Amino acid sequence: MKDETIICRCEDVTWGEIRQALEKGYTTLDEIKRVTRAGMGRCQGKTCQKIILGEIAKFCHKKIEEVSISTFRPPTKPVKLGTLAGDDDD
Amino acid sequence: MMMIKRADIVIIGGGIIGCSIAYNLAKMGCKNVVLFEKNSLSSGATGRCGAGIRQQFGTKTNCILARESIKIFENLSQELEYDIELNQGGYLILAYTEKEVNQFKKNVALQQSLDINARFINVEEAKDIVPPLNTEGILAATFCPTDGHADPFKTNFAYAEAAQRLGVKIYTFTEVNEIGTENNKIVAVNTDKGKLLTPTVINAAGGYSGVIGKMVGVDLPVYSQRHQILITEPIDPLFKPMLMSFSRNFYCQQTPHGSIIMGFGDPNEPKGDDIESSWQFAREMAQKMTKVVPLLKEVSMLRQWAGLYNVSPDAQPILGEHPQVGGFYMAIGFSGHGFMLAPVASKLISELILTGRTSLSIEDKLDIGRFKRGELILEPSVL
Ligand SMILES: Cc1cc2nc3c(=O)[nH]c(=O)nc-3n(C[C@H](O)[C@H](O)[C@H](O)COP(=O)(O)OP(=O)(O)OC[C@H]3O[C@@H](n4cnc5c(N)ncnc54)[C@H](O)[C@@H]3O)c2cc1C
Repeated sequence: MKDETIICRCEDVTWGEIRQALEKGYTTLDEIKRVTRAGMGRCQGKTCQKIILGEIAKFCHKKIEEVSISTFRPPTKPVKLGTLAGDDDD
Repeated sequence: MMMIKRADIVIIGGGIIGCSIAYNLAKMGCKNVVLFEKNSLSSGATGRCGAGIRQQFGTKTNCILARESIKIFENLSQELEYDIELNQGGYLILAYTEKEVNQFKKNVALQQSLDINARFINVEEAKDIVPPLNTEGILAATFCPTDGHADPFKTNFAYAEAAQRLGVKIYTFTEVNEIGTENNKIVAVNTDKGKLLTPTVINAAGGYSGVIGKMVGVDLPVYSQRHQILITEPIDPLFKPMLMSFSRNFYCQQTPHGSIIMGFGDPNEPKGDDIESSWQFAREMAQKMTKVVPLLKEVSMLRQWAGLYNVSPDAQPILGEHPQVGGFYMAIGFSGHGFMLAPVASKLISELILTGRTSLSIEDKLDIGRFKRGELILEPSVL
């Protein structure tokens, strides 16, 4: 994979940034998320999480199942604050 | 298994407090410092916090501590060689009651006497600073342009990496489960990965600091309490400062990245270490903030989470050695302002440990003995 390849499209995080984080010793999904913002965007990591997990596993010579996955933080879909607040008119 | 067998100082906790202390100790020349973090760095309150930094307090002690902290923050990216994304957009604190108006006038006079550039402003000026503000019910406000926020993860990692460059050893996913004492003095620390001999332990375990106290047989006067927070999708710049109200109980700020982060303190929140997030919180938060900034109705929430405040009897930090256990130091009880105080608090406790005194003179003492002496530091301006 090229360094310029975008892994997290919501936050524009490239493979280069993720590779650097791994090399610095940040080898869990939570840490990579905190260092690079990957997976913090609108889709909440639905697309990039699997790729990053795969890369962590490769980097650490582990099986994907052995890499701990990120804490799930609700909600699953973005919801407007107006709707949350109970405004009926929108 | 543990690589080393002996350390001069062991720090428990890899949040902003533990990592900033590690850095300051190493910077002052302490060679053999080890830090244990049971999870990953920044996995506790630090990585969950609002990361607001303000100097607008109501006690002299807090004003001075916060002022000194901001001075450090202003050069921190350079000092630590890591961009911590400090953003000084100010704090706009809104007064909704007469009582607040009076208190804020006093606070601002105190702040100005201590060279903090806060000012008391009227509603029009508040609206100029935050155009989308709904001014209904607002009587006045205070504004300090050098307040702001930084990225909590980056600040935490910046301290940790700088500490490591200076020789500190950081062990993540390593939990301290026992502390050995002899004749009321620290002698060893035991972890799930092995044992280490040391004469000095620093308790920087945040919401779990009470558990660490039990390991040396002392009951620390702190409790933990969940605080919830939520973040929206990123949007175009809407307002610069942190918006805050004590009586309406909220804080809300837009990060440089465009997301808006907001929280409030639930007065009925029980003590404990629960960090589940609740639907009720998200709804109440949305109700509060869409009233203050109606444009927010159209903005979507992306996620919500919670973290622990570690609260002392006066909601101020406890810094110093425990009178009953030699070598057992504490940097705990930071309540809702541990992120902003970390740069100064870590410097003070490092000085205290290595030289027996601190370079900053504050009248109030931050030691644990203040509660017994009845010398509580009663801060009127906290959430
Ligand atoms: C929702 C929320 C919003 C906040 N907003 C702000 C704000 O705007 N501004 C501000 O200044 N402050 C804010 N705070 C407060 C701030 O987050 C804390 O005061 C600060 O992060 C405390 O840092 P710490 O390092 O002491 O604790 P933590 O970051 O919790 O670190 C303690 C660490 O110790 C580890 N640990 C515990 N037990 C053990 C053990 N036995 N062995 C090894 N490791 C252990 C934990 O895993 C944890 O990582 C907020 C807090 C919350 C929850």
